[in-house]
Amino acid sequence: MFDWKWEFAWEILPRLVSATGNTLLAAGAGYAIALVLGLALAIAQRSPYRGLTFVVREFVEFIRSTPLLLQIFFIFYVGPQFGIRLSPWMSGMIAIGLHYSCYLSEVYRGGIESVPKGQWEAAIALNMTTVQKYRRVIIPQAIPSALSGMGNYLVGIFKDTPMLSVIGVAELIHTANAIGSEHYRFLEPFTMVGIIFLAISLPAAGLIRLAEGRVRRKLGLK
Amino acid sequence: MNIFDFVIQYWPRLLAGTGMTVAQFFLAAVLGVAIALLMGLMKLSSNKLLRGSAVTYIEIFRGTSLLVQLYWIFFVLPLFGLSIDKFTAGYVAVGMNIGAYGAELVRGGILSVPKGQWEAALAINMSPAQRMRRIILPQALVNMLPPWGNLMIELLKGTALVSLISVADLMFETKQINGSTFLSAQAFGAALIIYYVLARFMVTPFMRWLEAYMARKMGRA
Repeated sequence: MFDWKWEFAWEILPRLVSATGNTLLAAGAGYAIALVLGLALAIAQRSPYRGLTFVVREFVEFIRSTPLLLQIFFIFYVGPQFGIRLSPWMSGMIAIGLHYSCYLSEVYRGGIESVPKGQWEAAIALNMTTVQKYRRVIIPQAIPSALSGMGNYLVGIFKDTPMLSVIGVAELIHTANAIGSEHYRFLEPFTMVGIIFLAISLPAAGLIRLAEGRVRRKLGLK
Repeated sequence: MNIFDFVIQYWPRLLAGTGMTVAQFFLAAVLGVAIALLMGLMKLSSNKLLRGSAVTYIEIFRGTSLLVQLYWIFFVLPLFGLSIDKFTAGYVAVGMNIGAYGAELVRGGILSVPKGQWEAALAINMSPAQRMRRIILPQALVNMLPPWGNLMIELLKGTALVSLISVADLMFETKQINGSTFLSAQAFGAALIIYYVLARFMVTPFMRWLEAYMARKMGRA
């Protein structure tokens, strides 16, 4: 049937662990980009300029309905055609950050819409500028209801990093593939990658739920 | 070469790829819905073994990446003597992955059916199977259709990954064309537009229609 070789598994473990570092780094960096860009997209969709709102809305829809894999290829290969050379890491981060910023913008949008209308009116009544209004009144109140969605996409981005392997980012799947073709053994590397993913994403999902509860309590939201 | 000339020159391959993407989408959707129903019901079962296996299945498939699952099914299963061709491996992996996400929707949909409906079915002496099939599931289906619309878009996007095990879908054809012509912007741009059209003008309208149709059937429209 099958022969799981423990010595082989032990031998490749250090390489997989260091690749896990790369995976986490990619997920973290991509998420940081998505958090910032997503907020910008969410606010742009609420701007009074109809043209801007329309363009951003359609852009978000477009990115959300097309495969991330294709977007990664697009960014990696199209740049050089116009003389812009991006490293695999760079294009990977841009692609994944951009893709998830569109998802996060929807989460933020939901959060912003959940802020009661009176708060907006009060901010106007206090003669706040648009920046002050968002920074000091709206966003602090929008974040708590957006928290669970934000957490889900952190785990989601982590699970999508394997797609970066196609342009040569040395994350888990890329490393498992390399090990597999060096030794002609795919059972151990791919199974271990699966277990590593489970071992990180399941506790992460639990931790995020805990953190969410804590932030809510801290903000006095029960 | 602008994108129109590109499409005029390469449309047969783009069309063949799109056909394969649509085929993978349909097969994965059928498999995914079946698994979602089965696992969703099992997770609500009072039998510990059934519930435990559903939870394990759902956590494994939601806790790892689709790409990891696809590679595992394609490269590792043959070592267990279960060799499957790439076409089957593709839609099976995507379907099993979507099924795990769908199971949660099925579960949520069933739990959203008001308690009175369960009691009424009990009162008129229906068997558990009858109650589920004739009273609960139809109502649960209407409740859970909107999130299924999003899941179907995710499914369509997920099928792009089968190109990585060389299933000749739209993504694969595009990569091949790019490799031989280096017309990256045109090739990947055309593919992006095709995926967008499939998602926005085929999948989404169909799901909207299905929602309206089911609501009408249930006398809720």
